[in-house]
Amino acid sequence: MLKNIGSKIVSSIDERYDLTPVRNLLQHKKVPEHRHSVWYYMGGVTLFLFIVQLLTGILLLLYYRPGEDSAYESVRFIVTEVKFGWLIRNVHSWSANLLVLFAFVHMFSVFFSKAYEKPRELTWITGFIILVFSLAFGFSGYLLPWNELAFFATKVGTDIVGVVPVIGQPLKVLLRGGEDVTGATLSRFFGIHVAILPAIFTFFLALHLLFIQRQGMHEPEEFKNLPEEKKKYIPFFPDFALKDFLLWVVVFNVLIFLALYFPWELGNKADAFASAPKGIRPEWYFMFMFQSLKFLPAHILFIEGELLGVLFFGVAGFIWMLVPYIKIKHRSGWKFQPLTLIGIFVVIFIVIMTVLGYLL
Amino acid sequence: MKINRRKFLNSILGIGGIGGILSIFYPIVSYLIPPKMAEPKVNSVKAGMTSDFAANSYKIVKFGRKPVILIKTVDNQYKALSASCTHLDCIVQYKSDTKQIWCACHNGIYDLNGRNISGPPPRPLEQYDVKIVKDEIVITKMG
Repeated sequence: MLKNIGSKIVSSIDERYDLTPVRNLLQHKKVPEHRHSVWYYMGGVTLFLFIVQLLTGILLLLYYRPGEDSAYESVRFIVTEVKFGWLIRNVHSWSANLLVLFAFVHMFSVFFSKAYEKPRELTWITGFIILVFSLAFGFSGYLLPWNELAFFATKVGTDIVGVVPVIGQPLKVLLRGGEDVTGATLSRFFGIHVAILPAIFTFFLALHLLFIQRQGMHEPEEFKNLPEEKKKYIPFFPDFALKDFLLWVVVFNVLIFLALYFPWELGNKADAFASAPKGIRPEWYFMFMFQSLKFLPAHILFIEGELLGVLFFGVAGFIWMLVPYIKIKHRSGWKFQPLTLIGIFVVIFIVIMTVLGYLL
Repeated sequence: MKINRRKFLNSILGIGGIGGILSIFYPIVSYLIPPKMAEPKVNSVKAGMTSDFAANSYKIVKFGRKPVILIKTVDNQYKALSASCTHLDCIVQYKSDTKQIWCACHNGIYDLNGRNISGPPPRPLEQYDVKIVKDEIVITKMG
């Protein structure tokens, strides 16, 4: 009965809009099966967490009130008075962190499997842009509860923008909505977090997904070199989609577990006239940059250490985005490809700096 | 160069189009730049009575819109300095054990005259004058 109604609806839509392309995609799309197949699922998990962010974010919006005198109070209201408000906020915070984590895992897995190579250059670039915007989401969202930690993290983060020559200062004022971090900054970050970023993010995400659908899954070199009869594939629908879904369920359970057992503290309300508390630190995904800046001396030659650090990360990020266009000749005697070595170095650097950030 | 009707109309449309786009973006960009707030000119602030202030301790005082750190040293001297770390704008604190000014954000250290002595701060902290007027502490701008 229900199936009948369903197929009637589908055929009536088909009659009017011709669903052949969708049907083709569902029927013919296939995913290669090999020992590195597990990495294919990382992007999907990131997408799932983004959906969680969208939904919990909308729910938080119903009670959150931006403003110096209301932001902190409204978050406290959400976590203490609103039924399951604590759960929604914890899920939102945890999901944000997991999203960044999986986005990084996804990026490095793509990097090391060289999936960014022709013809997937633009998939890599849109992916990188999405990652940068995820970090911007994290940074702007961090301030919204208007607590001490967030206040100083924002002060430092926006002041770093100010060290860039020429455009730095105007950009800092633009971001802060004035000279200092105040209620004006909060209003701005709120607008950026709930309107500007989602719009831009969704656009690049749609492009990213479109490119992937158009080109199909990347096949690693060793898989491509297999004789045709030895290449194993599974259909995208329903096999891969169901596996994907199963992993989403697992991640969802982990998310709920974390939200229940490791709630996010609200901390003390921000005070623009109080000393920065001990142990101030940014979100973990900014830690490697934060720690590197800490190690830099005040001046390196004639340049402020800070400026050099910021320029270094800016340039490094930009080069990383253009990785698909970088060709380094691989000599036959080398065990590893040079880019792979650079990638390994980057991962080690990020891990060591992050660990040091928490130890020191 | 011969100008025919099509070229002429195209350039008129082009110039008009650019003008039209500019007239949309100019107000938007101007809107995004925050207006300058009239800052009350503050030359001195009162920071409480000397009797309420223990030696080897500090407090952060509002000086207009800027934070100032007021320190009473072990030998009962008063020091007032800008509390905004010259590194990345965090608010510094006085460490009573080391008798130094410390920024918790990136471990910047200043001496009691505001000189940056260790860590990332590139410049010293700005100094303020402290006067005692009838047992009341008054902080004023230098110079």
